[in-house]
Amino acid sequence: MALLDIQNLTVEFETATGWFKAVDGVSLSVDEGEVLAIVGESGSGKSVSMLAVMGLLPWTAKITADRMLFQGRDIRALSDGERRKLIGKDMAMIFQEPIASLNPCFTVGFQIEEVLRIHMGMGRQERRARAIELFTQVGLPNPAERLNHFPHQMSGGQCQRVMIAIAIACNPKLLIADEPTTALDVTIQKQILDLLMSLQAEHGMGLIMITHDMGVVAETADRVIVQYKGRKMEEADVLSLFEAPKNAYTRALLSALPENATGKRLSTVSDFMTADELAGGAR
Amino acid sequence: MTATENNAVPMLEIRNIKQDYHVPQGLFKPEKVVHAVKGVSFKLDAGKTLAIVGESGCGKSTLARILTFIDQPTAGELLIEGKPVDTRPGHLSAEMRRKVQIVFQNPYGSLNPRQKIGDVLGEPLAINTTMSAAERRERATEMLVKVGLGPEHYNRYPHMFSGGQRQRIAIARALMLNPKLLVLDEPVSALDLSVQAQVLNLLADLQEEFGLTYVFISHDLSVVKYIADEVMVMYYGEAVEYGTRDAVFEAPSHAYTRTLFAATPRADVESIRARIARKKAIA
Repeated sequence: MALLDIQNLTVEFETATGWFKAVDGVSLSVDEGEVLAIVGESGSGKSVSMLAVMGLLPWTAKITADRMLFQGRDIRALSDGERRKLIGKDMAMIFQEPIASLNPCFTVGFQIEEVLRIHMGMGRQERRARAIELFTQVGLPNPAERLNHFPHQMSGGQCQRVMIAIAIACNPKLLIADEPTTALDVTIQKQILDLLMSLQAEHGMGLIMITHDMGVVAETADRVIVQYKGRKMEEADVLSLFEAPKNAYTRALLSALPENATGKRLSTVSDFMTADELAGGAR
Repeated sequence: MTATENNAVPMLEIRNIKQDYHVPQGLFKPEKVVHAVKGVSFKLDAGKTLAIVGESGCGKSTLARILTFIDQPTAGELLIEGKPVDTRPGHLSAEMRRKVQIVFQNPYGSLNPRQKIGDVLGEPLAINTTMSAAERRERATEMLVKVGLGPEHYNRYPHMFSGGQRQRIAIARALMLNPKLLVLDEPVSALDLSVQAQVLNLLADLQEEFGLTYVFISHDLSVVKYIADEVMVMYYGEAVEYGTRDAVFEAPSHAYTRTLFAATPRADVESIRARIARKKAIA
């Protein structure tokens, strides 16, 4: 049984000109211990579909799906209380902007201990010990001292490590990482990716990696889904995607990489797709 | 430094440029001095591209501000076409200002939201030349077509454009005064992959058409490898590596450069195959 199983997910938002389909009939599944990458450019609906799974979209969004199962349970049928018990414990998410997603008013120690108190029901001392252990695990120097720091006292890479520590605090079954390294330098990116991959292997988590960076996909994923304008263009294991991409859009994305340039010019998406396909999303 | 040894006068030469920032620490504490750029020198021939690579905080943007006369360096010489430039406020000739222009990283922040595109492009002409309004309008329309937009965009506001289109507008604005040297401060790092390819192609076309000299600041090594003739790697305000592109990429001499190369994700099939093999070996 797949850890997360989604069939035909559609997310719509109402705009002045009618309903806008941000996600259009996307199906995906993740197994335990598997790394799935969702690639796409801005506006391809890759974040929105995962926010729908987490239940973090505003009530104005219209979410429909044939099936939305997490560990065999229907996520849509959960009551708010049940959902709160699930989110952050068995299913956790890391967001793109580490500094913006931590609360600036509280110490990072408070924020990580809050998760442990609510989901694990740990006592004060136990929480502190576990928080130090988690900070050590994600490679933050001086973990005990760090607990009393506020987010603004730390760098972007350190804040992202805190975010990861909070996300893995309850040993989640599924971790969703939404562009976890986009705001970071390449050397820090390497450290964070290595950390995520080792944690994933250690705990056997399912990991969904949302990214627009083909390099990150190549370095992390087992399986890849390519999205464009809310639709799934292609799904393949990572090797066959890079070796023999089937879809025109995937081919366009890969040849737009500067390292794949032939001669003096880079190919652009319009070299591979007709104007019609570009506007509507090709099948 | 063997990168540019010929008899022609280089377009741009800097000698031992330094920039210090004084950070007040409080009423009774001494000021802290931050050495943002610690003595950087290079020569750049006309029509060539120099890429400056480094992580956030390494002083590459400070250097860009010095090259475009926005900030005055603490020490060092700046020569344009072999002539030393007096960068003190009020001493800079209008001619110099016309010769050197800059394109900023974030196209969302560098355009005034209340200014129409036509006025954005006309303003440099209004300030620096005695052209009539009709002439300015004509030049602005021509430039819009050159950067791949249309005359119909003249009366629109920045919010009506996508990120890639805005970056085209920023490039058009920089080109209005027929500069010889263009400083590009991370011009494609805020853009999607396919849009990035279009903007890089545009930059290559414009360089050919106008014989422009580029100083291209970036943290993305794959972009640098594609666009640069010469590469300079900066680390904590120092130029740790400087040479032709092939020399730097084939035989990096400094340890930091090698770290940077090692941290850059690889998107080629062999690396993916190697990674999957490693993963299987562990499991």
